[in-house]
Amino acid sequence: MRTILRLAICVLFLNPIIANCQSKMVQIKGGNYIPLYGRDSMKVSISNFSMDVYPVTNKEFLAFVKKYPKWQRSNAIKLFVDESYLREWKSDTILGVNQKEKSPITQISWFAAKDYCECQGKRLPTVDEWEYVAMANKTMPDARKLKTYNEFILSWYEKPKTFNKTIGSTFKNYWKVYDLHGLVWEWTSDFNSVLITGESRKDVDADTNLFCGSAAINATDLMNYAAFMRYATRGSLKAKYTMKNLGFRCVKDN
Amino acid sequence: MRFLKTVCLLCITSLLLTSCKSDNKKEVAIANNANIYVKGTMEAELTAPPLVPAPVGNRSAKKLLVNMEILEKEGTMTDGVQYVYWTFGGSVPGSFIRTRVGDLVEFTLSNHPDNKLPHNIDLHAVTGPGGGAESSFVAPGHKKTFSFKTLNPGLYVYHCATAPVGMHIANGMYGLILVEPEGGLPKVDKEYYIMQGDFYTKGDTGEKGLQPFDMKKAVEEDADYVVFNGKVGALTGDGAITANVGETVRLYVGNGGPNLTSSFHVIGEIFDNVHIEGGDNINKNVQTTSIPAGGAAIVDFKVDVPGTFILVDHAIFRAFNKGALGMLKVTGEEDKALYSGVKQEGIYNPEGGTIQTMPEEDKKEVVVKIIEKSLAQKMKDGKQVYGQTCFACHQAEGQGIPSAFPPLAKSDYLNVDVKRAIGIVLNGKTGEITVNGEKYNSIMTKQSLTEEEVADVMTYIYNSWGNNKTNVSVKMVKDVKNQ
Repeated sequence: MRTILRLAICVLFLNPIIANCQSKMVQIKGGNYIPLYGRDSMKVSISNFSMDVYPVTNKEFLAFVKKYPKWQRSNAIKLFVDESYLREWKSDTILGVNQKEKSPITQISWFAAKDYCECQGKRLPTVDEWEYVAMANKTMPDARKLKTYNEFILSWYEKPKTFNKTIGSTFKNYWKVYDLHGLVWEWTSDFNSVLITGESRKDVDADTNLFCGSAAINATDLMNYAAFMRYATRGSLKAKYTMKNLGFRCVKDN
Repeated sequence: MRFLKTVCLLCITSLLLTSCKSDNKKEVAIANNANIYVKGTMEAELTAPPLVPAPVGNRSAKKLLVNMEILEKEGTMTDGVQYVYWTFGGSVPGSFIRTRVGDLVEFTLSNHPDNKLPHNIDLHAVTGPGGGAESSFVAPGHKKTFSFKTLNPGLYVYHCATAPVGMHIANGMYGLILVEPEGGLPKVDKEYYIMQGDFYTKGDTGEKGLQPFDMKKAVEEDADYVVFNGKVGALTGDGAITANVGETVRLYVGNGGPNLTSSFHVIGEIFDNVHIEGGDNINKNVQTTSIPAGGAAIVDFKVDVPGTFILVDHAIFRAFNKGALGMLKVTGEEDKALYSGVKQEGIYNPEGGTIQTMPEEDKKEVVVKIIEKSLAQKMKDGKQVYGQTCFACHQAEGQGIPSAFPPLAKSDYLNVDVKRAIGIVLNGKTGEITVNGEKYNSIMTKQSLTEEEVADVMTYIYNSWGNNKTNVSVKMVKDVKNQ
């Protein structure tokens, strides 16, 4: 009798996990932080939200395009994706030979990523939300001043083809989120709001936008060049672009 | 009469006016290159260093298609040291682009899909915002096309200008674009492409393994490597550039930086002509030409005698300690009238072995009581000296190298005369000797060791590998020295 009761409780507990095939999320407690392009007076406040623990995988995106054929390679509207969209896939619904189910999905446009999240009742994180969570290391919510923090990110930049790694293969950070650094870049909802123009040296004029993407004057931490590269990457994108090194994950308001 | 005067005055005024006009014309001659008529289309030939594309000659201005790919890839900085280079066209420096004044260059920059980062290109030959950087900022897996008219003849640097700019340059993203004047440059026999760059690694110079970029050293301009064409030894050995006696050689020399100015020099040659800073101004009979970071120079000279001519940054520690060293090998008939060819043979150890010091003169002899070390201590210290100084020639077990360096193990020559052996270490030795029945005719240089070190290393040698176990004291060394 007792065993049955235990079993029943177990099943009850397991049920939501089984029923909900969406990836796990964790709570992120909001707070204030100074982004790379800002000063003390430009503290950004972040509200509480939940974030996917892992980037969206090939398997998950495969399920998505099966459910929403409009995002299959041959059906996707050309306004919303470029020619490289899901290019490595064998067909509309079969992954490429070298693509693992547990690797992050890449070569998807901002439009596709955004719709994916919305179909799960979620949304893409903002740049600030993403950067806020990604400035943590294993033990500290803001590890940007640490040498080891930057070194880890930079050593990733120097490793080729990290998009082939599986999710969870990097460290679990302070917020219990994996893989923010080490696998792929990630889409954000407002990826182009910090303007790094093609000419990254001229954006120092006073009359350019408040958050100018200069490589010099406005940054809070000139040595944090790992972040410069992230902002530069975002600045090079258009919403229909797809990249072999660019995936995404979703967040949800609490 | 009055009428005549007026006419005269008018005539003179108009003359003056027209002459003024023609002067103005000369001054704006450069701007007129914008009007050079473009006829036909051709694909640009791109070459990896040290090669350059064929001369433009007197072809007419064309629409010139340049297709360049950006590749981030691992390469070798020097033996055992790997580095992730970011490249234009797969090489450091990037592919050489050759154009003529008035060309309309249609430039397509492609960023390989496997790359992690966005890039762009700033060509100093471009008249326009960012030198093209603004129009060429491109994400991995994408390409961008823009065009520009070459208005000024000269040799120009191009480089990546994406944030953080310094890092993109420090990783090798630079190269040269040549804009030839109307009718081309004067003909020469050989042309080469050489570009200096400074590199900054987490490890010290020569530290093995995959070395990451070091931003702190880059900011402090503390270079670990200063090299020609992207790596130590790119232009030496098999990579050396070549010419035959009597030929004229032109070098297109660039400096990618990011930080250091080059004092470019070819040992044993004098530049007949230098296009200062890659422009129109020609200086003659130049020994060393200064090339700023982000600048270039065109140098040419005639090679009159055979031999190996060494290319260096004459800020000379960069050459011998950080890699800025190349070779021009010239073959052909000797000309004794120009260069006698008499050679003093000798071994030159640039940096290896012990540290070289200048002899100190007038040093007062200080009498120090000599404390003789224990045999065990001597063996320990002597082994270290041996490893630093003798090892390379005489080998780990004192076995020597057949027909080059005599053995020390079980050596009759060594064991028979301790004083002679000490003397050789102190003073060096040239000429034929017989060791264990084998003849050797090589050179051992004078070693810069202290008396104590000589005693230690000799004791180590005599007490190893089956030798006669002589314990060499500092006093014995002193005695030989004072003989």
